[in-house]
Amino acid sequence: MSEINEGQLYRPQERELNVIGKPRRRVDARAKVTGKTEFADDLSLPNMLHCRLLRSPWPHARILSIDTSEAEALPGVALVMTGELMPVSYGILPVSQDEHPLALEIVRHVGDPVAAVVAQTEEQAQAACEAIKVDYEVLTTVKDAEHALKVLEPKIHDYAQEGNIHKKVALQFGDVDGAIEGAAHVFEDVFFYEGNTHLPIEQHASLADLDKDGNLVLQSSTQTPHYVHRALSKALQLEPHKVRVIATPNGGGFGGKSDPFNHELVVCKAALMLGRPVKICLSREEVFYCHRGRHPVLMRFRTGVDEEGQVVGMDLETLLDGGAFGSYGVASTFYTGALQTVTYQIPRYRFRGARAFTNKPACGPKRGHGTVQPRFGQEIQLDKIAVALGKSPVDLRQNMLVEPNSLTANYLTVGTIGLGECIEKVVEGSRFRERWGNLPEGQGLGLACSSYLCGAGLPIYWNKMPHSGVQLRLDRMGAVTAFCGATEIGQGSDDVLAGIVAEILGIGPDDIHVRTGQTDITPIDLGSYSSRVTLMMGNAAIEAAERARAMISVAVAEKLDLPEDRLVFAGRRVFDREDPEQGLSFREAVVAAEAKHGTLGATGSYRPPRSPARFKGGGVGPSPAYSYSAAVVEVEVCPDTGWLHVPKIWIGHDIGRSLNPTLVRGQVEGSVYMGLGEAIMEESAFRRLPPKRSHASVHKFPSLLEYKSPTSLDMPEIVTYLIEEPDPKGPFGAKEVGQGPLLPIMPAVANAIYDAVGVRIDETPITPDKVLRALDAKRKGKEGRVGPKGFPAIGWPEPFQVPPPWEGGDGRATNVPERKKSATEVFRK
Amino acid sequence: MMRAPSFRYHAPKSVAEAAKILREEGPAAKPLAGGTDLVPNLKRRHQTPSVLVSLRRLDELRAVTSGGELTLGAGLNLSAVTRAAEVGPARRALTIAASKVATPHIRNSATLGGNLCLDTRCNYYNQNYEWRQAIDFCKKAPGPDGSAQQEVTVGTCWVAPSSPRCWAVSSSDTAPALIALGAEVSLVSAEGERRIPLHALYHDDGMAYLTKKHDELLTAVHLPALGEGWKSTYWKLRRRGSFDFPVLGVGAALRFEGDVVAEARVTLGAVASYPVSVPTDELLGKPLSDEAIEAFAAGATRPAKPLDNTDYHLSWRKRMCSAYIAGALKELRGDPPGLLARTAARLPIAAG
Repeated sequence: MSEINEGQLYRPQERELNVIGKPRRRVDARAKVTGKTEFADDLSLPNMLHCRLLRSPWPHARILSIDTSEAEALPGVALVMTGELMPVSYGILPVSQDEHPLALEIVRHVGDPVAAVVAQTEEQAQAACEAIKVDYEVLTTVKDAEHALKVLEPKIHDYAQEGNIHKKVALQFGDVDGAIEGAAHVFEDVFFYEGNTHLPIEQHASLADLDKDGNLVLQSSTQTPHYVHRALSKALQLEPHKVRVIATPNGGGFGGKSDPFNHELVVCKAALMLGRPVKICLSREEVFYCHRGRHPVLMRFRTGVDEEGQVVGMDLETLLDGGAFGSYGVASTFYTGALQTVTYQIPRYRFRGARAFTNKPACGPKRGHGTVQPRFGQEIQLDKIAVALGKSPVDLRQNMLVEPNSLTANYLTVGTIGLGECIEKVVEGSRFRERWGNLPEGQGLGLACSSYLCGAGLPIYWNKMPHSGVQLRLDRMGAVTAFCGATEIGQGSDDVLAGIVAEILGIGPDDIHVRTGQTDITPIDLGSYSSRVTLMMGNAAIEAAERARAMISVAVAEKLDLPEDRLVFAGRRVFDREDPEQGLSFREAVVAAEAKHGTLGATGSYRPPRSPARFKGGGVGPSPAYSYSAAVVEVEVCPDTGWLHVPKIWIGHDIGRSLNPTLVRGQVEGSVYMGLGEAIMEESAFRRLPPKRSHASVHKFPSLLEYKSPTSLDMPEIVTYLIEEPDPKGPFGAKEVGQGPLLPIMPAVANAIYDAVGVRIDETPITPDKVLRALDAKRKGKEGRVGPKGFPAIGWPEPFQVPPPWEGGDGRATNVPERKKSATEVFRK
Repeated sequence: MMRAPSFRYHAPKSVAEAAKILREEGPAAKPLAGGTDLVPNLKRRHQTPSVLVSLRRLDELRAVTSGGELTLGAGLNLSAVTRAAEVGPARRALTIAASKVATPHIRNSATLGGNLCLDTRCNYYNQNYEWRQAIDFCKKAPGPDGSAQQEVTVGTCWVAPSSPRCWAVSSSDTAPALIALGAEVSLVSAEGERRIPLHALYHDDGMAYLTKKHDELLTAVHLPALGEGWKSTYWKLRRRGSFDFPVLGVGAALRFEGDVVAEARVTLGAVASYPVSVPTDELLGKPLSDEAIEAFAAGATRPAKPLDNTDYHLSWRKRMCSAYIAGALKELRGDPPGLLARTAARLPIAAG
């Protein structure tokens, strides 16, 4: 305690910490391992009915008629619903309000819901779904993004910018063409990142009911109860304050539960119509149809470098396959071009991206939202540059790291950056400098780096209110309850909340009752997405806890006749630093405070700093802080068969400060696991039957058995290094860890394969058959590469010209009329 | 969640009683052993038997008797098979094959007989009802009311639309291992018992893949006594270290006299609708030199007909046949695990 200076304001970062930074069991662990946690599908209410959805068997069709009469007459059926009951559209982004709970006229992918049945049992509901007769007129199927460029009609959505291109964006920061023309070397590479899905173990489930006052109550496995609340109010035309959304603990989210979903709206409407609880639990196949997973992205990088390999200009084009709906897609599109600049210095940069509508389940945000795919390309291209110029992949990167406390070409504010140390750790641990390029045939090492946001700088809908709020309630029993709208999705946010409050009040995390994700009792938090919760909720929690602490301090100081600044909150006591025997128990302290102030409560809130970006599209990318990761992957490749095996991964992550190192390591390892799956196995592949015989276009394998994701036996040994340089923007200096450590894995695998057998796999997943194909080609004297052949010609719009900061720019585009709040335009309706 | 359709359930206490029920109930009845294959199929409406005859109470199906030959009850679960000491080191192919089926949880329920009678598999078939509706069903699993068959009289095999047959894949791990070990099986019906070589249990047809009649129960697997010099192994190709069905299985059993191969049996799994035994004459009467192995492995892949209906690219699977056959033979020759063996087994990189 001696570190605290007399008279200094309370500064959590400068105090000895009792809870923060200590590895400990998370507050919700006991309930989870003993089965006490109630997930949405565990819920059951008296009089409850069950819902099933009838889904489209066609990828693209017009509904001509629906006959529900037979279904309605079946035993146990309480309600049969079709689209016209809910004609108001919804969608997560204000610019993409393109979904309906049940299709109105057009079905847009196999699995798009057409009708719903509510019945006494799930079996009866299913039988009635099968008895519904739907006549369809089949429409042309758009199978992927390149196909969408050619198929202008029929349009999957009328509001698409052009044909079936949902959105095109173009941004330019400085004279990129000039920079590339004048470069010593120019590298042009095309990459393809296949789509994949979140695969949470918990399938989505929802239970809707009316409470005794007639309010609608939805309990649902959602990452974003506030946004679901908004969508329900809009699509079902309800007064918002008469709706309560309770996010049940999610059995995994990863971005797959952060949209409002059709099944949530359907059970709510049914509960309102029937006045009874209505529940739905999706099958695994249906989870694949909800999707919102990783966009398949085709991309071209044209990068100019100087003699030393340092980037002088980068020109990036991306083409995203968005699936059937907007979802977060406009943001995803901008994200494919946003974070290239926060790792390495890129003095001039141009990004052009397009997102297509296709007749497949909608893509959206998955762990690393939109930044994963171009990071794959960028890091492989850097490896190619290093090899071509005879440079070390380590030095090439280390020599062009972004400076701390700097502004990038696209006006992202970088604060702390621990990337250099991350690189050093993994390079040292793997003995990369000695071993890279020197291992026997078939063995290889690959290095890659990345960065991710600690929360999106802007909310999904334009507003000036806090992004996160925390409320504390304290009473004479010594009880502390912490309320926040954030959702526990397995990432540990309840533990972050309890840990921070406990630290500041000098009690234990298990002494705190945590109430989260309930829109009727918890202050609004925007949701568990974009790695925003630790930073934003954490800062709100600090503010609330400091205010509560101040109220207690005043009362205790008065009671003990001591100056407030001599009080220490620790070990469930409030005591005199000079004479620790003199003090009160925490409960006595709260009693004193309640006696002095009356009923005790405190709130805290957090709003991110304003971004210097003032151009349209500049709203995607800014964040209060950026986390950094570096990974070295070791592979073993059998040159005769292409069979590949990943025995070991070293990963360094710049976490700022670990609030609970046990959780941080868990998130790092989980990210490595998911990244490895994306690298070597996972693909949301679709099967088109021969068009002469069938219009069918289906997800190839919507099942946990055939959609391949690694098992524990496929996991390598992982060595984790946590780089802790507290970031002033983070609570106690913490940055994110939920998403960032995934990003370097896929390119590091690709780079390691090159080191092992000298072939380039410029697409995911990196499978043995592709490695063997590349090896065959190389043996025949051709290019030892598997990957996309080219990038289609896209009629790009004139980019917004934003001079970078070092060329006199002020964050505004020079070729558009000045508009108020233009930076956030993309998010507004 | 998906739920099974309703059915009547019998739990007979003897094989004779079970056989009688199967006879009386006719083709609408199906035997239920471990349930790990049938129950998911019920939920996906691949089969909709109105009667299930549980074999769980038939203790006689879990007997292990060894004398001249080894007899394994078909009701032994696969975990029990992997633990059965009577199988012995010469029949390691069976122990390996049983230990590589699915996951530990499934092996605790799935039976040896069930794995031999495993339904053939196909990416167009092992999907739920709605998915199959979206492709207008297929030859092996038409819509439950036969609607697909009314429209397209014989249904379509989407893997090979112009072919008259179904190309679903035999996906048993134990079958190729046991065929290589010379196994026979007993089939019991109300009529009596018959005993056939295991390879004769299978038809080259994705739909009618078993010669077993609907009212016959597979009760036991018989393995001949193996004299001196026998060695066997099983190599399984799959994407992951657990869980997955084989996309290729190689069962190999060799009898050596000194270093000369005196007898050889090699059977491939998951390359066709039945386990494919490969002629081995060219291996006999000489040592297993690298050249002999390579020549045999190159020719042995001819009967393998991988199509685009399992995991992995079909041309790569075909290429892997010779690599896996060669790998299995080299293992039997006594080679230490090479790069392929180690990476396939996900072993750590050798020290240094």
